[in-house]
Amino acid sequence: MRTFLEHLKTFLKENVRDYAMFIALLAIMAVFSLISQGNFLAPVNISNLVNQTGYLGVLSIGVTLVIVIREIDLSIGFLSGFLGAIAAVLMKFHGFSALAAILIALSLGTLAGLLNGSLVAFLGVPSFVATLAGWLAYRGALLMVTSGTGTIIINNNTFNAIGNSFIPDIPGLSNFLPQYHKLTLILGISGVVFIVLSSIAGRRRNIQRGFDVMPLDIFILQLIFISGLLLYFTFKLAAFRGISWTLVIVLIVTVIYSFVTSKTSLGRHIYAVGGNPEAAELSGIEVKKIKLIVFASMGFLSGLSGILFASRLQSATTTAGTLFELYAIAGAYIGGVSAAGGVGNVVNSLVGAFVMTTLTNGMNLLGVDISLQYIILGIVLALAVIFDVATRRRGK
Amino acid sequence: MDTPLIEVVNLNKSFSGVQVLFNVNFKVRRNEIHCLVGENGAGKSTLMKILSGVYPYHEYTGEIKIEGKPVKFHNIYDSEKEGIAIIYQELSLVPELTVYENIFLGHEITNGISIDVSREIIESKKLLEMVKGESISPMAKVKELSISLQQIVEIAKALSKNPKVLILDEPTSSLSETESENLLNLLLELKRKGMTIILISHRLKEVLKVADSITVLRDGHTVKYIERESKEFNENSIIKYMVGREIKEIYPPRIREEYNDVYLEVKNLNVIRPDTGKKILSNINLFVKKGEVVGIFGLIGAGRTELALSIFGNPYGFIVNGEIYLKGKKVKISSTEEAIRHGIFYLTEDRKEKGLILIESIRKNITLPRLDKISANGIIDEQKEIVVASEFLNKLRIKARHVNVRVSTLSGGTQQKVLVSKSLFSEPDIFIMDEPTRGIDVGAKFDIYNLIRELSREGKAIMLISSELPEILGLSDRIYVMGKGRITKEFTSVENLTQEEIMKYAID
Repeated sequence: MRTFLEHLKTFLKENVRDYAMFIALLAIMAVFSLISQGNFLAPVNISNLVNQTGYLGVLSIGVTLVIVIREIDLSIGFLSGFLGAIAAVLMKFHGFSALAAILIALSLGTLAGLLNGSLVAFLGVPSFVATLAGWLAYRGALLMVTSGTGTIIINNNTFNAIGNSFIPDIPGLSNFLPQYHKLTLILGISGVVFIVLSSIAGRRRNIQRGFDVMPLDIFILQLIFISGLLLYFTFKLAAFRGISWTLVIVLIVTVIYSFVTSKTSLGRHIYAVGGNPEAAELSGIEVKKIKLIVFASMGFLSGLSGILFASRLQSATTTAGTLFELYAIAGAYIGGVSAAGGVGNVVNSLVGAFVMTTLTNGMNLLGVDISLQYIILGIVLALAVIFDVATRRRGK
Repeated sequence: MDTPLIEVVNLNKSFSGVQVLFNVNFKVRRNEIHCLVGENGAGKSTLMKILSGVYPYHEYTGEIKIEGKPVKFHNIYDSEKEGIAIIYQELSLVPELTVYENIFLGHEITNGISIDVSREIIESKKLLEMVKGESISPMAKVKELSISLQQIVEIAKALSKNPKVLILDEPTSSLSETESENLLNLLLELKRKGMTIILISHRLKEVLKVADSITVLRDGHTVKYIERESKEFNENSIIKYMVGREIKEIYPPRIREEYNDVYLEVKNLNVIRPDTGKKILSNINLFVKKGEVVGIFGLIGAGRTELALSIFGNPYGFIVNGEIYLKGKKVKISSTEEAIRHGIFYLTEDRKEKGLILIESIRKNITLPRLDKISANGIIDEQKEIVVASEFLNKLRIKARHVNVRVSTLSGGTQQKVLVSKSLFSEPDIFIMDEPTRGIDVGAKFDIYNLIRELSREGKAIMLISSELPEILGLSDRIYVMGKGRITKEFTSVENLTQEEIMKYAID
């Protein structure tokens, strides 16, 4: 037992940066659930929480890569709002199908990202300025698109389903566990089993290779912690209406980005450019091309974020996208991305975005005044980065 | 005899375990021009950085005395207080500010609250007159001035602090002949007015013109103190002391074969810096054959790295004119990626800033230039990567527990081996190695020398850029000497070649 505690102590000391966010998240949720007398953890609210994270989460994932290559993108919020409005206008006034409107919004987003990327990579405009210009321009564009009508109500049911509907359950099992969404349970549990098995296999492989691995007891503790957390959310979601289409989309995006960043040459090149651009250049990596790709991906995800948001509200508003960029960037920083470049993990950034949403959602639930909410969010962001900088320095 | 103005006794200094100064002794008399000479890496700059407080007191051992009084500098301000002003090779002026603002930057003249602009301008004028810079308007922005005028402003700035001694580090390296001449005359003039000056230079003609005494540094040791009156106050003796060491046995024997196929040929290469419009390379013609080790010797500023980069896809966007032939075929290489694809690899001299990604692991650094070799459809086969990287660990005797260790935690020599592994992994036919043994211990050097031999035996063409003469002589089959952006000499054989002979073509 003594050795376990010692292991835990050294482990937490050495890896505190990676786990602090999860611990903080648990603490935040515990506090909210206490004050709200359990309302916060009600299945309906957890489901809400997950869906609200969607449009910020995809932005956080994209902006993580932008920050990894030592750039920034401020235009993503209003770009997201503008593209959501474009989709709404296309469907409402021009008779486009949901699919066509979505594809156009995503393509326009990618083009906007390419434009930002070209300014930064080829003309050498600092990304802060280039994307600040975009921030202004897209804000204007959003106002222009919605100027005649104000808020545009979207009537397309397929489109609105993305932000408001849930995956169907397995047919013919309505008598078995009637209070739960069975397909969600199956997916959640198989997901957890997959994570557990692949973690064990990975650990075994690393031991064979002679790499450093965490002590067995800590490894088991970590697996229990992660599995417990995921199962908890699975049951909460299943007790409401199951997995939403938004969550499906966010999960697909996360899996793709996680795979690309960790397993492919492209991902390696992105992190190399962030870690040391000169060394990357001398290793034959086309730094400008990488920048272009990262900004294009950011634009694409802005389009996706706009679709998720418009669909969730079933409308396009004149203020859609306001402050999204700052919430998304804050989420990435809470998730541990480093402004010095080369460090950042898309899954952690997604969790960081979830922390931001949790805070706003919880404070709304408790009726905290909006002015106080901003101040608290500011403090949390500052604390997260101070903590990150402090632990990183000690790591050296 | 007077007590010297500055005296340094038994100075020792190490950088992360590698000793660079060994019991250095050094003295400068009042009101003289003292020159410090030595090859690149002899320890000149380190010595000056200790004198100017850049390397604080606790990082070295030994004693510094000013007018006989021991001093301990903890930072630059301490040394400025004792009257030491230093002008670095890289000028430290702010281009967007005016001349007078630059001169008084950091010690502004105030009238209690705000800066007294008119007094600063008047004082600037006086200072500029003192350094024969009457033509410079104190109100001009520094970026509008030529390099030589900027240098004069820099000297005026140093004088504004009323120093006892003025140190200049390679002040003429970026000046033309006449500009250098003017600067040297200015130094003589300042001496007449009572200033004491320390001049660091590798241009011996200049040194002989102005010096009252000379200290020669070699490999971190003071090897000779020569006064103007001495019989040894001449170029040949000084060169002898600068390079005078024997080639040790650490160089593996040459293969001695006739080389035939020309792998790399450069014809009429001219290179211009786009930002300054300055010509950095002119009329370079050279070739490297299969299996051959070709040494490129030159001092700092000779244009060696620029030459290498111009061949290696020109990553910094110089304006490059000339022809490059690979195995007899004319090629146009417009990016580092293309260069690597054509079988060229450039091993940078600056492993930390430009060579390695320090926050990443050994394996990720090694495989970076050719991820295609360990991936299918863009997806990396980690197992394969680990196996390949581990092979390098064994082959080059890289001292690390495994390939997942972060590069930032390794010693300099081990990092250099990772960088070399990276170049080997990219499997080029032509290696351009820029100072491959800079700042590493003898053991690692020996391993790298052996590797160079082995590569040449395998039929690779190797361009070895180095400012260490023994290394050039010990490894090269043929040598080009560079100076001021030109090839000043080609030695087709190294037999009976002396270091002095090579050095003669590199200086001035």
